Amino acid sequence: MVDIPYEAIADVPRAEVPDVELYHPKSWVTKYVFSQDAKVIAVQYALTASAIGLVALVLSWLMRLQLGFPGTFSFIDPNQYLQFITMHGMIMVIFLLTALFLGGFGNYLIPLMVGARDMVFPYVNMLSYWVYLLAVLVLASSFFAPGGPTGAGWTLYPPQAILAGTPGGEDWGIILMLASLILFIIGFTMGGLNYVVTVLQARTRGMTLMRLPLTVWGIFTATVMALLAFPALFVASVMMLLDRLLGTSFFMPTLVEMGQLTKYGGGSPLLFQHLFWFFGHPEVYIVALPAFGIVSDLISTHARKNIFGYRMMVWAIVAIGALSFVVWAHHMYVSGMYPYFGFFFATTTLIIAIPTAIKVYNWVLTLWRGDIHLTVPMLFALGFIITFVNGGLTGLFLGNVVVDVPLSATMFVVAHFHMVMGVAPILVVLGGIYHWYPKVTGRMLNEVLGTFHFWVTFLGAYMIFFPMHYLGLLGVPRRYYELGDAAFIPPSAHTLNAFISVVALTVGFAQMVFLFNLAWSLFRGKPSGDNPWRATTLEWQTPETPPGHGNWGKELPVVYRWAYDYSVPGAAQDFIPQNQPPAVQSLHGARP
Amino acid sequence: MSAIILFLGVIAVIVGWWLSQQRLTAKPWLEQGPMDDFPGTGAIALPAAKIGLGVFLAVAGCLFTLVISAYSMRMNMADWRTLPVPKLLWFNTGVLVLSSIALQWAHVAARRNDIDGVILGLLAGGASALTFLAGQLLAWQQLRVAGYFVASNPANSFFYLITAVHGLHLMGGLAALGRATAKTWRGAEMVQVRLSVELCTIYWHFLLLVWLVLLGLLTGWTDNVVDICRRLLT
Repeated sequence: MVDIPYEAIADVPRAEVPDVELYHPKSWVTKYVFSQDAKVIAVQYALTASAIGLVALVLSWLMRLQLGFPGTFSFIDPNQYLQFITMHGMIMVIFLLTALFLGGFGNYLIPLMVGARDMVFPYVNMLSYWVYLLAVLVLASSFFAPGGPTGAGWTLYPPQAILAGTPGGEDWGIILMLASLILFIIGFTMGGLNYVVTVLQARTRGMTLMRLPLTVWGIFTATVMALLAFPALFVASVMMLLDRLLGTSFFMPTLVEMGQLTKYGGGSPLLFQHLFWFFGHPEVYIVALPAFGIVSDLISTHARKNIFGYRMMVWAIVAIGALSFVVWAHHMYVSGMYPYFGFFFATTTLIIAIPTAIKVYNWVLTLWRGDIHLTVPMLFALGFIITFVNGGLTGLFLGNVVVDVPLSATMFVVAHFHMVMGVAPILVVLGGIYHWYPKVTGRMLNEVLGTFHFWVTFLGAYMIFFPMHYLGLLGVPRRYYELGDAAFIPPSAHTLNAFISVVALTVGFAQMVFLFNLAWSLFRGKPSGDNPWRATTLEWQTPETPPGHGNWGKELPVVYRWAYDYSVPGAAQDFIPQNQPPAVQSLHGARP
Repeated sequence: MSAIILFLGVIAVIVGWWLSQQRLTAKPWLEQGPMDDFPGTGAIALPAAKIGLGVFLAVAGCLFTLVISAYSMRMNMADWRTLPVPKLLWFNTGVLVLSSIALQWAHVAARRNDIDGVILGLLAGGASALTFLAGQLLAWQQLRVAGYFVASNPANSFFYLITAVHGLHLMGGLAALGRATAKTWRGAEMVQVRLSVELCTIYWHFLLLVWLVLLGLLTGWTDNVVDICRRLLT
């Protein structure tokens, strides 16, 4: 190790990066409502995303009631079932996961972890949240619009999405959905500019890129990807909105509906699929990369060991980000394409497995001979690794054209993507909340409730989605309101469906325990102190907990080391904070 | 989708170049200390607003390239019938070029601390941009009178969409330009004026470049280039 004598670094000026001119709130409203403080905005994002996420959770219960006990619940009709599917998917993928990882975790953690006072454009950051809220409200309003929300499926494929046969197709549903997506993208772009520029420009002195915690790497790369991918959804939404409102035919071919020739003609539905999946596939990694980053930090901290292969982890994040832009057409194998294209996209899809596998190996090797503390965040992190491997392996099946074609419209796909981008990222979100809640509130979450929450969620998720793979292999189709009496579906499949539904409802209700824990611990939780996990990264070294406005008191921290100095041989403690000068540690082993 | 792949290729080269300056091969676990001895590892020294604009241009560029991708995909289908582009567009293009020149003038004046020159340049740039927008609306009107409605043919729809997207971006730019002008008028510090004017100028040049590409595509005189590119790619 490079050992720099204490004298040589004693006169390091504290802050070289120019201090951001902070907007100081003057009233309660500007402090908590129209706040420009990234930490408040993060909480606003997280609460809004969770609220609309709960709506999506309830929708999934309704779907499961119908699938598990068809014909029992008269208040669910086929149209509503399609509406539930559509809204559940869109809310979970975009309005919950994307918003929570980037708007929630990104806003809270980026400035703190890079040692900045706030985001670089606080006003734009505030606008970002309010536009996002508007997008959520517009989306939610479609439940109350005439005809209800759209039932086009979360992929919104034309031509069916804007025709009378689809719920919401000729009413308000699809219009509100598209408007909401457009607003979301505008809001996200405002936030995304902040996240990227803050990482580029506002890192504190000594915080080189290779000293960034992997959480920041994950969120940063995902934001860059999102900034480049969301325009595709934007263009597709605008064009479809014009098709629906002005009668243009970007995506609408000449077609006959209910015996009548429609006004459309000359459009290309395939064009929409290309645009949608050009966004849609990177979106998987926009959700996954922040999860990768967060889980790396959780594992390293709670196993008291430096992350294995930090450089490889960084390179893998960048490589996955780049590769994910050239795989989109693997979602379109069944739409028909030139065979060599299928070959190309299958190859690129399978290549992504390499950097992803590197990450999984590195997590496991970080755990190897670590001082593993089975805290609640660690349980969720371990749950993530297993779940992500499971979901990823079925992805290898589906990435191959010949396997994908028979499986593509079955429950197998539903099981695959729920494992890989539903359950896995949600486990990280929950682990992340258990990990950082003490910093946000100054109190610990209750551990007994947390452990209960983990086991029910983790085991429950497997009881839901493992059997679903099997249903898919039997040929049980997805998106069907009722299976009827198909010869290839044995009676046991119906029993299995009922079983899945019961478990799904149970797991859903277990989340209420978590919500209770969040509320109860806010007032009654054990006080956490500044650094309850004895972590190295900067957010745990703030002078106050919860961090005050401007994060760092008078002076910005100076960073002397990487983010993973755990269990360093010879050190007095099993962690050395990033802002601790080397000589002080080697002489006294105490924090500065 | 080859246009967007090319665009992303360019972005990837820029990102790759930047990353190559960041010592990604460093072994951070071996390096302790305040890091001044290691070159190229600090935060970027450019003003945040300038980096922000750069990132935004990448996003806007992506948006325009996707529209172009969609346009060229649709254009390749057998039933494509281009619409006659109004002659007025050439005049509009000239006005947009003037607008860019005026802003460049303001930028140069700002560097010379010539406040009057800055205000003159900004006003001239703003006025010509407004003229451009009015001209675009007039071109729409001409097309409508000639019977080329937005929904009557995919080529028409694309024409209206492309010009509208570009026009909206210019309107956003005008809002920023208005703020910069007001700031200069009120006698803000020269450093701030310089930055604002520079950002507006960069954005204006970007929109001019985008417009020239779009115009080439709409009028069809880049067809040969597109053809050659496509043959190279396939």
